[in-house]
Amino acid sequence: MCLAIPGKIMSISGNEPFQKIGKVNFGGIIKEVNLVYVPEAKVDDYVIVHVGFAISTLDESEANRVFEYLKEMDELGELDQGDAEN
Amino acid sequence: MKTKEFNLTCPIPISQYPNVLLAHGGGGTLMHNLIEKMFMPEFNANEQKIMHDSAELLLDNKRLAFTTDSYVVNPLFFPGGDIGSLSIHGTVNDLSMSGAKPLYLSAGFIIEEGLQMETLWKIVQSMKMAAEISGIKIVTGDTKVVDKGKGDGIFINTAGIGVIEHNLNINPASVKLGDTIIINGDIGRHGIAIMAVREGLEFETSIESDSAPLNDIVMKLINAGIKIHCMRDLTRGGLSSALVEIAQSAKVGINIVEKDILVREDVKGACEILGFDPLYIANEGRFVTFLPEQEVKKALDIISSDKNFSEACIIGKVTEKNPGLVTMKSAIGATRIVDMLSGEQLPRIC
Amino acid sequence: MKYIDEYRDAEAAKRYFIAITELITKPWTIMEICGGQTHSIVKFGIDEMLPPEITLVHGPGCPVCVTPVELINKAIEIASKPDVIFCSFGDMLRVPGTDKDLLSIKASGGDVRIVYSPMDALSLARKYPDKEVVFFAVGFETTAPANAMAVFQAKEQAIKNFSILVSHVLVPPAMEALLSSPHNLVQGFLAAGHVCTVMGLEEYFPIAKKYNVPIVVTGFEPLDILQGIYMCIKQLEEGRTDVENQYTRSVRQEGNRPAQELIKKVFKVVNRKWRGVGEISRSGLGLQDYFIEYDAERKFNVSNIVGEESPECIAGLILQGLKKPHECSAFGTKCTPEKPLGAPMVSTEGACAAYYRYRKI
Repeated sequence: MCLAIPGKIMSISGNEPFQKIGKVNFGGIIKEVNLVYVPEAKVDDYVIVHVGFAISTLDESEANRVFEYLKEMDELGELDQGDAEN
Repeated sequence: MKTKEFNLTCPIPISQYPNVLLAHGGGGTLMHNLIEKMFMPEFNANEQKIMHDSAELLLDNKRLAFTTDSYVVNPLFFPGGDIGSLSIHGTVNDLSMSGAKPLYLSAGFIIEEGLQMETLWKIVQSMKMAAEISGIKIVTGDTKVVDKGKGDGIFINTAGIGVIEHNLNINPASVKLGDTIIINGDIGRHGIAIMAVREGLEFETSIESDSAPLNDIVMKLINAGIKIHCMRDLTRGGLSSALVEIAQSAKVGINIVEKDILVREDVKGACEILGFDPLYIANEGRFVTFLPEQEVKKALDIISSDKNFSEACIIGKVTEKNPGLVTMKSAIGATRIVDMLSGEQLPRIC
Repeated sequence: MKYIDEYRDAEAAKRYFIAITELITKPWTIMEICGGQTHSIVKFGIDEMLPPEITLVHGPGCPVCVTPVELINKAIEIASKPDVIFCSFGDMLRVPGTDKDLLSIKASGGDVRIVYSPMDALSLARKYPDKEVVFFAVGFETTAPANAMAVFQAKEQAIKNFSILVSHVLVPPAMEALLSSPHNLVQGFLAAGHVCTVMGLEEYFPIAKKYNVPIVVTGFEPLDILQGIYMCIKQLEEGRTDVENQYTRSVRQEGNRPAQELIKKVFKVVNRKWRGVGEISRSGLGLQDYFIEYDAERKFNVSNIVGEESPECIAGLILQGLKKPHECSAFGTKCTPEKPLGAPMVSTEGACAAYYRYRKI
């Protein structure tokens, strides 16, 4: 049950500590998400959501890591370019 | 006069299924088994014994198509349609899948005591409009009312008759190796539109059911002389179940390509959140066509000229490998088996 | 969809496969902990495209799969009572108890409902004050914050007709139990990205050190898993045994502190029985005394109910990675998703279900 999906916060409502609710957009479908565990989250941030709760804010600066890692491997010659083009 | 021996052994093992489950109506393996093991043998279903959308009958040398379907969708009204329009389109489409021209429908109603008359009126109006658009006549029917609590608003059964005026044998037995498989658009909209209402899902732009009549576009294909081998409209169980049924009936292998199957972003989003696979989600205005490669371009041009089906495309091929199985090349290039739906993803979807 | 589709790029996947193939010089056995990772691996065919030197072993990270039979029996007992609304995630409904499952209780008239979140169950309790609403709280650490919040709010708002049937399990004790087994063949781990999003990385350092195993925390998309496998193999080839984080866009070293705090407030660590494996000490969560009125086992007096596994089901061996689903004699014949003998065939994250659905040709 580790199904958690990234979505973008469209709006936030609620002032009480446990009432911070966001409207989060998952590729066009909007769901209400409890933001109590991500007090730092703001509108336009992406959050990772599991069973109606945001469990982290998505660090967008880290989102490209997967691709940068590949680039680093290229630069270190760990990836044979010839094979990659086949 | 000898009475026929009455067979008392229930073909669906009671030890496994003492009660009917929702999944027995889900469009997947349980429903398949129920029909094959209990209904077909007992009702002496059509001689061809090929499970297809409608039965072909010979009446004074005229080929007729005859079908029936029941509609139990919950909620009664949803974006893009209602139980009324669904009951007309669904049966018209089943007739169309053998290339028949739908002519007449019957409409049987089982109404729960207490249903608002206004609601019934809306449904009847919707059926009238759908019938007019499809060009069919509703010529007979029946009405029953059950006690409050014993129904769920309204259930509708429609049976339909159509006439086959071409010489093709459009059914799984005609599927050939090397056939191309095309579809008239994206998948998953109907199921997600229903879910949206049931679960109170909100969408940026409302997702509407793709419920639509297909008889017009099918007639265009037939009148243009396209040599169609097989067609199947996608309902419960989605694209996968339709293809698996055909692969098993026709004893051929089917290979489809994931990136060629169109799914709208918001339908994808809903599926990701809810943990559904779009391949198994119900549709009500989509059909697959199996045809020779040389007919494909012409067929796609005809289908996509209809503004509702502008995204018609190729999704796969019939192959020699793995007969009886449907395989799919995934987004990252590996091939896996696509199975029939097991259980039901979304109950009371059509 | 943003932050999903990019990680399914075929070209980048191909490059990772090539990189892994070029890196590896000897056979290695890696375990992916989480059912969500297993699902992704089998669905996208990752295991098919890895070099043969890598053996991927599927771990016990499927909370549905490890819920013991007696807990299902307890759930069935509670759900069968009149005036109970029994709420659960969808998967749990078809997990077989000793002779029934929750779905059959629903079919014979029990009020069993699928919910998306424990908060939905709490809303039902507010909506139907004359019914007892019970939520089947199954999950790893990922789900604990949500369940904690449901109980916490129930107490704050004095909602008395709500309770949870707790089946929470923890990953680190399960890893230790696996690693200390004499049968263990696992040399490196892909740890669960969403569990670590909540709990952070700290608990894994002592495990890596004590058992000399590299642990790489990964996400769930194909490229996440491939990068994770690369990082793990690299450690193995270089003889390192560190804890590394591949899923940096979601996982922070310290995890989610507010979530950890509420979990500690509402739950305490207890011993838990794992289906097919047996009891693992301090491997689960139970309610703190302050919240004990929300414990469904006590409320409905079902603590004494027991249960027996199907003799043919080898779930325990599957969950420990000692056998693969297709090596089970009942796989695909007596045991299918329609009539499962054990939980791994039912859950969408179960190894047997994944193998059955996405089976190789």
